Amino acid sequence: MALTDLSMLELAAKLAAGALSSVEATRACLARAAQVDGKVKAFLRLDEKGALAAAEASDARRKAGNPASPLDGVPIGLKDIFLTEGVETTCASRILQGFIPPYDATVVSLLKQAGLPIMGKLNMDEFAMGSSTESSAYGPTHNPWALDRTPGGSSGGSAAAVAAREVFGALGTDTGGSIRQPAALTNLVGLKPTYGRVSRYGVIAFASSLDQVGPMARTVADTAALLQLIARHDPLDSTSAPVEAPDYREDLEGGVRGLKLGVPREYFIDGMDPEVEATVREALRDYERMGATLVEVSLPHTKYALATYYLLAPAEASSNLARYDGVRYGLRAKDAKGLREMYGQTRERGFGAEVKRRIMLGTYALSAGYYDAYYLRAQKVRTLIRQDFSRAFEQVDAILSPTSPVPAFKLGEKADDLLAMYLMDVFTLPCNLAGIPGLSLPCGFTKSNLPIGLQILGKPFDEARMLRIARAFEREHDFTRRLAPV
Amino acid sequence: MPLSDFQPVIGLEVHAQQLTKSKIFCGCSTEFGAEPNRNTCPVCLGMPGVLPVLNQRVVEFAIRTGLALGCTIKKTSVWSRKNYFYPDLPKGYQITQYDQPICEWGSLTIDTPEGEKTIRIRRIHMEEDAGKSVHDASVGESLVDLNRAGVPLLEIVSEPDLRSADEAVEYLKALRDVLVYLGVNDGNMEEGSFRCDANVSVMRKGETKYGQRVELKNINSFRFIKQAIEYEIARHVEVIESGGKIDQETRLWDTQRGETRSMRSKEEAHDYRYFPEPDLPPLHIPDALIDQVAQGLPELPRPKLQRFMSQYGLPAYDAKLLCAERPLAEFFEACAQHSKDYKKLSNWFQGELARLLNESGGTVGISTLKFTPAQLGELLTAVEKGTISNNAAKDVLGEMFRTGKAPDAIIAEKGLAQVSDTGAVEAVVDEVLAKNAGEVEKYRAGKKQIFGFFVGQVMKAMKGKGNPTLVNELLKKKLGD
Amino acid sequence: MKLTIEQVRHVANLARLSLTPEEEQRYATQLSAVLDAVAQLQELDVSGVEPTSHATLASSLLREDVTRPSLPPEKGLANAPVKMGTSFAVPKIIE
Ligand SMILES: [Mg+2]
Ligand SMILES: [Zn+2]
Repeated sequence: MALTDLSMLELAAKLAAGALSSVEATRACLARAAQVDGKVKAFLRLDEKGALAAAEASDARRKAGNPASPLDGVPIGLKDIFLTEGVETTCASRILQGFIPPYDATVVSLLKQAGLPIMGKLNMDEFAMGSSTESSAYGPTHNPWALDRTPGGSSGGSAAAVAAREVFGALGTDTGGSIRQPAALTNLVGLKPTYGRVSRYGVIAFASSLDQVGPMARTVADTAALLQLIARHDPLDSTSAPVEAPDYREDLEGGVRGLKLGVPREYFIDGMDPEVEATVREALRDYERMGATLVEVSLPHTKYALATYYLLAPAEASSNLARYDGVRYGLRAKDAKGLREMYGQTRERGFGAEVKRRIMLGTYALSAGYYDAYYLRAQKVRTLIRQDFSRAFEQVDAILSPTSPVPAFKLGEKADDLLAMYLMDVFTLPCNLAGIPGLSLPCGFTKSNLPIGLQILGKPFDEARMLRIARAFEREHDFTRRLAPV
Repeated sequence: MPLSDFQPVIGLEVHAQQLTKSKIFCGCSTEFGAEPNRNTCPVCLGMPGVLPVLNQRVVEFAIRTGLALGCTIKKTSVWSRKNYFYPDLPKGYQITQYDQPICEWGSLTIDTPEGEKTIRIRRIHMEEDAGKSVHDASVGESLVDLNRAGVPLLEIVSEPDLRSADEAVEYLKALRDVLVYLGVNDGNMEEGSFRCDANVSVMRKGETKYGQRVELKNINSFRFIKQAIEYEIARHVEVIESGGKIDQETRLWDTQRGETRSMRSKEEAHDYRYFPEPDLPPLHIPDALIDQVAQGLPELPRPKLQRFMSQYGLPAYDAKLLCAERPLAEFFEACAQHSKDYKKLSNWFQGELARLLNESGGTVGISTLKFTPAQLGELLTAVEKGTISNNAAKDVLGEMFRTGKAPDAIIAEKGLAQVSDTGAVEAVVDEVLAKNAGEVEKYRAGKKQIFGFFVGQVMKAMKGKGNPTLVNELLKKKLGD
Repeated sequence: MKLTIEQVRHVANLARLSLTPEEEQRYATQLSAVLDAVAQLQELDVSGVEPTSHATLASSLLREDVTRPSLPPEKGLANAPVKMGTSFAVPKIIE
């Protein structure tokens, strides 16, 4: 077994036992990246020097007998949406090419304090707008399970890097499924925590009321351990919840006996891939065998979620992306005459097609005369969707569904079909609208060896129980031990 | 039809900078006059990823102002984004309050030639200021300084209840006095910490429907406000009289030319695309906070003025001067504890004290005086008792002002105490009369105008310390008057 | 819902995007398709439903009025495309 095949906690155990050093682990990751990233293209930027320096510091702490955290010394990667002081951060956009942040995102500080070497910045859809990592200004990322396919998006680089064992774990962000869908497509565990559970400070905003940071890793326990480091209140984020995080690993092996698990009838739709449906239904039966009770629930406004999301997210984005104006940082169109033209040309050249499309859509939805019909109405439907979940959670402890209606699709396949691409998020985005936590768990493979994800939705701040539910399934199968063939 | 056949209708929007130490959403300093961009951080520079965290003092100030102006304080208010592109607006939107402001429906009473008038206040809300752009003609570029970006503002919007430029000025002065009294604003128009936009329209007298209004921006003194509004009223009347139509537009006051000119018409007006700010949860204000702020509310200028007239028996003129600034009024009241002749006290405030403060060129203010109210009281008592002369008292006050020494000490040190001992004064009088027998002769022969000469001689002999009343009295007696 | 080219231009102007004529055409078509899809929301009765603008449990986090160190201008302006002294420089502003 290669060093890079270890899980985060397995590596942590070896580091603790002195069997390995963080520098060795970091070098192994760098070697692995050198070997496979030419094909996978997960990294936008490797920070070899920074990672090795952090690894050396970690080894020194270890030698002195005071590691900073249970994951001290475990190399990880960051989606390029997180601001890293002194390390270029572009959000996979041309408009931020060359931008060197003067500060660290709160989660980046937390990971640094916890001693995790940061290997570099990972590819993504531009400004996190997409479900395939194809909208990156720097080219798509390839799925380590099938290089001609997408790793999903928008945290596709994070997913691919972890699945290809270039890093042991990664952070992503999830606005409509951007952690869970790529996790499902690359055989990872991915968790979008409750809105407000993890700080958004220093995370480039896409849709502020939906965005949430979360961990992506190869096992449930790794996911729990990574979440543990970042789940805390942040006085720099006014939407950060003043709620104490529990010990996410304490009850991980508690099993599902006696739990009531909801199965929403609206989540098994026509057009879903038959292999995905069969595999997820099989997983549901497994849960019954393990002692859980399946309860059919209804989330009647599910069919409106996509429309709601595609009004609210672009509206917020159109405002959030106004700051990219060529004045203080990033690209500026050089030959423009006058201020108006400088703005227009800078943004025209700096943003890619998908980003511009969403800015246009969001600007339109907020503009005079359309606000009530579009934006305000969507916010009201958002309330109905939240209420659906509250009612369902009166009956059940968690809700199970497929994560993605299809397995990894071929790169370029949906490039021209906007609405088909938007459909990729149909099962994941209601969770963001409701602000509840959602997790994707490997639950099987298609005949052509493409991963399939099971989604677990939980009550607000019930991440510990969701991880326990995920762990119960993981223990009975070997899916999370299977490695991508790259 | 002449101007007098038209009724002007004016509403004012005031932007008042709050006197906080730090900005509204970050910890940068609000100090004025720093090097460009010295007081900026990722948050107020609108860097990617930053988030706002609200300064609690800003909320307290808004509540304080709302309570002072009789507004309803809303239990829940909501932050919104106002979206537009401008180089001094770093995020591409201003965080402000839109459809759910913190304060609604208050009023402010002003004096007009027809008596008191109450102007309704529609709303007060909190928002962030933008930065500053200056045009550099030498390079054909504009330079952007974001020191002011994120400085907290209160926007106070009146109903269109004002009917003349003079009323508008009265309202602004009264409002400024209130804000300064509350410690919420420094009232400084030149530095832009108290700014005003005016909505002006006219209608024919007797009509009830308001005319098309025009927004006047960028007016930074009371004089210009009066001029700009009067100019605009005259312009409206002229346009209407010549059969034209007033366009809805924003106009700037040009101080050089003394006229308003069009800034942008409604056709290109901004579509601000307001929506609730997702980065800030709605603001919930507990009753306890409102109570706490209410308890700390100072007496406001208008009631204070009325009390000064009734409690101290002062004329309106004196009361107005004394109440113009809160520290001055408070110092007067402290002095009044020690000196019961309030009118005389008031005279000293308007006379010597005002002169000394003035001469200090702003280096000394009423709150940085070196002497205490009790000491000023002692000084006035000494004059009253005849211990020192009125003139000497002026010198003593000057010394107190400069050194903070007690009046007793100064009087003793400078030997300013008057000689009021009859025997001592009589001896000097006798001596002077003896020395000037010829003059006495002339006086007794009817040359009464030389009486002053004798007084002068006595005072000279006594080095100015003779009690003038006593000197006069004894001289007259001895000269046989 | 069919967006006209004029509407597309108006929105692009609000968003400060200098679209090419091809983009104007493309976005007119694509946005119209999305607007058709979202028109589905009009069928719901939302009378009496409160809008959700925030998904957070947090309420009104406030900070004390104390100053914290600012960024030195050389750091704050390090990414500026054009600067003059410690100011950001932009093409002349003409209102
Ligand atoms: Mg305003
Ligand atoms: Zn700041």
